[in-house]
This record gives sequence, structure tokens and C-alpha cells, in this order.
Amino acid sequence: MRAGRLYAAVAAGGFRRYATYRAATAAGIFTNTVFGLILAYTYVALWQERPGLGGYDQAQALTYVWVGQALLTVTSVGGGGFEEELIERIRTGDIAVDLYRPADLQLWWLAADAGRAAFQLLGRGVVPMVFGALVFDLALPTGPLPWLAFLVAVALGVVVSFAIRYLVALSAFWLLDGAGMAQLSWLAGLFFSGMLLPLNVFPGALGEIARALPWSALLQVPADVLLGTHTGLGLLNAYVFQAAWAVGLLGVGRLVQSAATRRVVVQGG
Amino acid sequence: MVGAPYGGLRGSLSAYRMIAAMWIRSTMAYRTSFAITAFVNFAVTAFDFLAILLMFAQVDRLGGYSLGEIALLYGCTSTSFGLADLAIGSMDRLGRRVRDGTLDALLVRPAPVLAQVAADRFALRRLGRVTQGVLVLAYAFAVLDISWTPAKALLIPVMLLSGAAIFGAVFVGGAAFQFVAQDASEVQNAFTYGGNTLLQYPPTVFAKDIVRSVTFVLPLAFVNWLPALYVLDRPYPLDLPHWTAFLPPLVAAGCCALAGAAWRVGLRSYRSTGS
Repeated sequence: MRAGRLYAAVAAGGFRRYATYRAATAAGIFTNTVFGLILAYTYVALWQERPGLGGYDQAQALTYVWVGQALLTVTSVGGGGFEEELIERIRTGDIAVDLYRPADLQLWWLAADAGRAAFQLLGRGVVPMVFGALVFDLALPTGPLPWLAFLVAVALGVVVSFAIRYLVALSAFWLLDGAGMAQLSWLAGLFFSGMLLPLNVFPGALGEIARALPWSALLQVPADVLLGTHTGLGLLNAYVFQAAWAVGLLGVGRLVQSAATRRVVVQGG
Repeated sequence: MVGAPYGGLRGSLSAYRMIAAMWIRSTMAYRTSFAITAFVNFAVTAFDFLAILLMFAQVDRLGGYSLGEIALLYGCTSTSFGLADLAIGSMDRLGRRVRDGTLDALLVRPAPVLAQVAADRFALRRLGRVTQGVLVLAYAFAVLDISWTPAKALLIPVMLLSGAAIFGAVFVGGAAFQFVAQDASEVQNAFTYGGNTLLQYPPTVFAKDIVRSVTFVLPLAFVNWLPALYVLDRPYPLDLPHWTAFLPPLVAAGCCALAGAAWRVGLRSYRSTGS
């Protein structure tokens, strides 16, 4: 029970830390909204040319745009969050202090990142979504249940995103400078999450591969849950897909972590 | 700054060159790291064009424009924006310098602050963006069947340089805003990166009000829309006379003058924390 309280406190700290920068949040909302607006018009042009492309009608495609802007920072599609800090701690050796703490390294950072994601969903997700709904005809669900299902998918997406970025950060144990890995993972995330274009619009085999990779759990799956493409057993399948990647990647993270911590040699002074 | 070794325009440029050269030397100390970051810069900016290619895997026209025509729009704005980003893109770090007080160190040096801030952390990796812009532009020229006239041929380099100057003015204006806004530095991304994304698509895609505001309020349309549509013999969605396609140099000069004035106001309003 005490452990649960500890991680809850860490998560709350993560939430408060991001909530402190109000001007930065407002600026982020503005920028997300402008990008959403530009993307929305390009999607209108695309779906006018090919109605029903990727199984979406125009309202669904537009909803996808605004879900993307809302989740951009939440599931850290473009990177950002904790990994730069963890990389820096590994590089400077501060990680030795973290390993001394009576808390699990992976759970500690997961809790902090969950707190960050919760704030960014509220602070940066809601306003662009509302703006999008006011300016365009969106295919938003009316009942509370699809929204609840969406939140579960977002939560799972956050865990998958965390698990990927945790692995990226741990690479610093071997590479010392994790910036290159962080950037490569950022590229992969941007491309395979569906941030550029919905993955069901990707042609042929590329689309099938992209939909099977973990990054699709960050945006494509939550968006499809909100749009109601997954219902009943399909919804369960979507959750299982996300959860499997989450558990698998977290497990790999544990293995890498134990290998990495065996390597740590702290200079005695 | 009268009598200072780096006063005046020539002094500004030589101060800029010295600081930029210093950053290039420091970058080149880690060549692998430079190669990776330059590649990432190239790849991530090329993603924008990849998205357009993915769209054209499904359609033949977007907003009534072919892939080649959109490649021309894309290549022009990406090259212009890339040049501006390479030259002074690090200015969006000004808010950070204001917050942590390191701007004070720049104020006491005998060189214009604008040149120092512009060259600060000069990032050669940004050649990646310019490169992909030029490549897409070359592709556009290869596939398009443009009926060239001397005026059109002349307009291409004029458009690229004026566009870079217009985006440069937006960067400077954004930096001036950061004297006031500090934490809100992300706002300027909406106009720099956002503006670049907007201009990659033909104006027919967007609502008339958006086209009007980027023509008459923040004149980004002069970066590529007006001149490139003249080259393509396409009508601009707003009823503007043909000669407006040749206005980019004038618009750029006006933007730079305004941004310079905003910068001076911002710098004058700066009060150090004194710590």
C-alpha cells in the first residue's frame, strides 16, 4: 500500500511540475490549434477528392486531425517528457543516486510520466479539441461510454510511449550521448504513429506494417476508439494490442535495466 | 555602438560570421553526432513531403493542383524557410536567455546584440532542411512543363531570397515578442513552422479568410503563393493584379524594417533581473 502512495505522489509531482508553466501551456495550445487548422483544410481537400478514404468520412477525418493535435504531447509522439532528463542523469552519473532510492527506477519514471500525460491531456488536449469541434463538423460521440473507452486507450498509449522512451533513455548507459537515439525514436514515432497521415490511408503493405508496430498505439488506436471503429470484441482486440506492446516493451525495459545497472561503476571519492 | 569594433551593418555581419564560425568549429568536433543530427533534420523535414506523396498515392489532384505543382510550392517555401532557419533559427532561444539572465553577457560585448543572438548556437545541421527543399524544387522543375519567360526565370531566385527574408523577419519579430512573453516562445512556432506548412499546400485548399490574412495581415503569401502561381500561370484565389507576383522584394524589405523596429523596442524594454 505504501508503495502505491509513493508512486501516486510521484505522479502528482509530475502533474504539478508541468502545470506550473501556464504561459508555456497557453502558447502550446495556440500552436497546436494553428497546426490543427492547417491540417484540417488539407484533409478536407483530400477527402473531397477521395470520399471515404481509409474508411473515414470527412467528419471522421477531421476528428482524427484534432485528436492528433490533442494527443501530440500526451503520448509524446514527437518525444519530450522525461527521457532527456533521464539521459542526462545517466550521463552525469546522478543515476547512481536514483538507484540507491528505495523505489523501482522504471515505476518511478512511469509514475512521473503518467502525471505529465494527465496534465497535458487536460491542459493542452481539451482546448484544441473544443476549437476544432466549434469550427468544423466533427464525428464526436455523444454518450459518455465511447469517451471512457477513449481515455482507456489513451492511458494504454501513454504506457506504450513511456516504455519506448525508457528503452531509448537506457541506451545512454552504452552510448553516453543518448541524443541520437532519442531523435531516431522521435522520427519513427512521428511516422508510424499516424501523426503525418492516418495509418489506414497508408498504401498497401506499408500500412499493414505501420498498423502492427507499437507506435500505432499512440494515436491511431485511440483515435479509432473515439471514432467508434472498434466496438465490442474489436474494442477488446484494440486494448489487447496496446496492452501487449506495453507489457512486452516494459519487460524488455526491465531486462535492459538490469543489464545496465550491472554496468554502473560509481567513482568513489 | 559608435566606435565599437563591430558597429554598423558591416560590423554586425563580421560579428555574426565570427560567432557562427565558432559554433561550426565546435559542432565539427563531434562529426558523428553532426552527421546524425543533420540526417535527422533532413529526414524530419522531408516527412512533410512524404505526407504529400502518401496523399498522392490515393489522389491525382489536391485542391485542383498536381503533385508537380505542389512540389514547386513546397520546394520554394521549404528552401526559403530553410535558409532563414539556418541563418537565424536559433533566435527562438532568446526567451531562455531572458529567463536565466545570460542575455546580460551579450549586452556588454562590443557587438550588436541582434547579430550575437542570431548567430548564437548556429546549427549547421539545418542544412538538412535546405537540402530537402532544394531537392523537391529540382523535382518540380523536372516534372513540370513551365512555359518559361525571362520574367519567370528571374522571379525564381528573387522569390527564394525574398521568402527567406520574410521568414527571417518573422523570426526576429518573434524574438522581440519573447522579451515580453518569455515562456510563451512556442507561439512563434505557429507562424514560422506553421506558416511554412501552410505554404506547402496550394491556397485553394484553405478558407478565403485564411488566404486573406496571410496576404494582407502577415504577408506570408508573398513567400511563394503569389510568385509561384504566376510561374505556374494559375489564378490567385483573391482577385489581385498580376504585378503583385513581383512584390516579394518590397514586402520583404517592409517586413524586415518592421521586425527591426520591433526588435529595438523589445531590447529597449529589457530589464535585467540584476542577479
